[in-house]
Amino acid sequence: MEAKRPFSARRFFLQWEWMLVVLFVLVNVFNSFLSPYYLSPTGLRDVTMTFLDKAFIVLPMVFIIILGDIDISVASIVALSSVVMAMAFGAGLPMPVAIVLCLVVGTACGAFNGWLITRFKELSAVIVTLATMIIFRGIAYMLLENQAAGHFPGWYTFLGWGYVFEVPFMLIVFVVFAVFFAWVLHKTALGRRVYAMGSNPMAARFSGLKVDGIRMLVFTATGFMSGVTALFLTSRMGSTRPNVASGYELEVITMVVLGGISTSGGKGRLIGAVLAVFLLGYLRYGLGLVNVPAQILLIIIGLLLVIAVMMPNVLSRKKLP
Amino acid sequence: MDKTRRASRNLGLMAFIVGLSVLVQVLNPSFLTPENIADLTKNTAILAILALGMMLVIITRGIDLSIGATLALSGMIASQTVAMWKDTHPVVAVLLGTLIGLLCGAAVGGLVSKGKVLPIIASLGLMNVFRGLTFLVSGGKWVSANQMPVSFKAIASSGFLGINTLVWIAVVIFVVGWWFVNWNRVGRQIYAVGSNPDSAQVSGINNDRILLLVYTIMGGLSGLAGVLWVSKFASAQGDTATGFELSVIAACVLGGVSIAGGTGTISGILLGALLLGILNNALPLVNVSPFWQTFIQGTIILVAVLINALVKRRGIRATMQKRKI
Repeated sequence: MEAKRPFSARRFFLQWEWMLVVLFVLVNVFNSFLSPYYLSPTGLRDVTMTFLDKAFIVLPMVFIIILGDIDISVASIVALSSVVMAMAFGAGLPMPVAIVLCLVVGTACGAFNGWLITRFKELSAVIVTLATMIIFRGIAYMLLENQAAGHFPGWYTFLGWGYVFEVPFMLIVFVVFAVFFAWVLHKTALGRRVYAMGSNPMAARFSGLKVDGIRMLVFTATGFMSGVTALFLTSRMGSTRPNVASGYELEVITMVVLGGISTSGGKGRLIGAVLAVFLLGYLRYGLGLVNVPAQILLIIIGLLLVIAVMMPNVLSRKKLP
Repeated sequence: MDKTRRASRNLGLMAFIVGLSVLVQVLNPSFLTPENIADLTKNTAILAILALGMMLVIITRGIDLSIGATLALSGMIASQTVAMWKDTHPVVAVLLGTLIGLLCGAAVGGLVSKGKVLPIIASLGLMNVFRGLTFLVSGGKWVSANQMPVSFKAIASSGFLGINTLVWIAVVIFVVGWWFVNWNRVGRQIYAVGSNPDSAQVSGINNDRILLLVYTIMGGLSGLAGVLWVSKFASAQGDTATGFELSVIAACVLGGVSIAGGTGTISGILLGALLLGILNNALPLVNVSPFWQTFIQGTIILVAVLINALVKRRGIRATMQKRKI
């Protein structure tokens, strides 16, 4: 066991997570100068509901990227489970059954990814999820063609729009999930094993970890959380189409990477990704208030992703003699 | 040993293409008519050009998801140029598009080689940047057919010896590409970097330069394809070729290019692109709903990847069994 290092204030505040906190504060100060409407408590509270839907996928994606894998099929899973739910409800099934079906479809898609990746180890997760990304989206199109489906019961809109004691319901659910995922990653044996597999897969396998089981579990969990995202997203939109959530995989991966989780695996903490979710969410809100077009946001997100990945690589190279 | 396996794979693919063509012909006799074949080859030309570039990228263990956006950006700028100065020579438009593509590709390549960013992340990020730039440059507006001069639209509609210009361009690129990957030193170095980066580095190959080169070539070909695309459809839009990168990757995977790097042949991707082109052409002819095409394409990619993996496993097992212990 490594002895506990003495506490150093310098090291503590030089962590990436503090950088994110500072950036978060800067973004908010900047935004409040941009628009006088920015700093209203209800506005700041309600805007969380516009970006938290995809944040549910960020949590398991942290695990996947720590494993050194990637999953680019998540947006298609969201679309497929949302479409299945809407069609099940449209076919006369009661809404609770349709909701369960949505989660089941999501989980099944994730499990399918996991099965392919563990059964065919020579294939990288990139190519497998690239193929399933097309397949899942394709099934959504086969089911609904280019129509929209909706007309959900009134109480279903509570998911995306409701409050519990003045706090958005979505925010509460997200915090519960975030605490659970953080607990699993940082406090359980499973979490330690995920880090071990990410930093050295071979060593992890030789020390007797059930690597296949863990990868399977992580990809299945990602499918399930994509189903959760589908629930909230559909509730917010009130109806669904086969092309919903397009581009979500990019935003989710950007948030995870911006949160300091290294794409080479084995490094990063969940809190970083959660901070990145709020950082990007409020940045988008502020720029939206001053009518910055969506295309510029697209450029900003793309650049942020690339810079966030490149930064540690460039910094670590400087340290080498 | 490896060569015979590859040859038998290409033969299998060819047999599949012939079988598919016969089936489609039985279902719809208008498939194998000269007009439809001309249409098919013209539509496949752009896919094949891009597949060649993508093969080089995948050989180095990379992937480039930004090419659809690069294509849109260079197509948009080229068509805006010809719309503004109507007497621009088409060759200038083609060169302009290719130049923009080269710049975009060099940006991806620089991130991958110098920045050590994973190819999928670098190209995913820049895909958004290029797509955003396309919308910015166009201001959200289309460049439509009546804004383009006849000479520009003629790039894709003219022909030589009865064969469309697009097909000729693809043929030239494939001949040069075949020479490049088989007989040129730098071309061979691409394979070396892909099959074993460490030993390539040790044997004196500048890996970073090769990586930069393949992404730049990919970008240049996407820029060229952008001009051809816009000329062919006679319209440039912000969302031109969205998702086309997936078809290109599919053509490569079908053609036996291994995602693990180091393998891929010109003949393979030609067959892969042809198969996809036939499918795209034939599915509407046999009344398959357009909404099924995404699913069919995805399934084909997955099955091709899995078959590649299984065939490779069997090869490894056969070699192991031959070994004397």
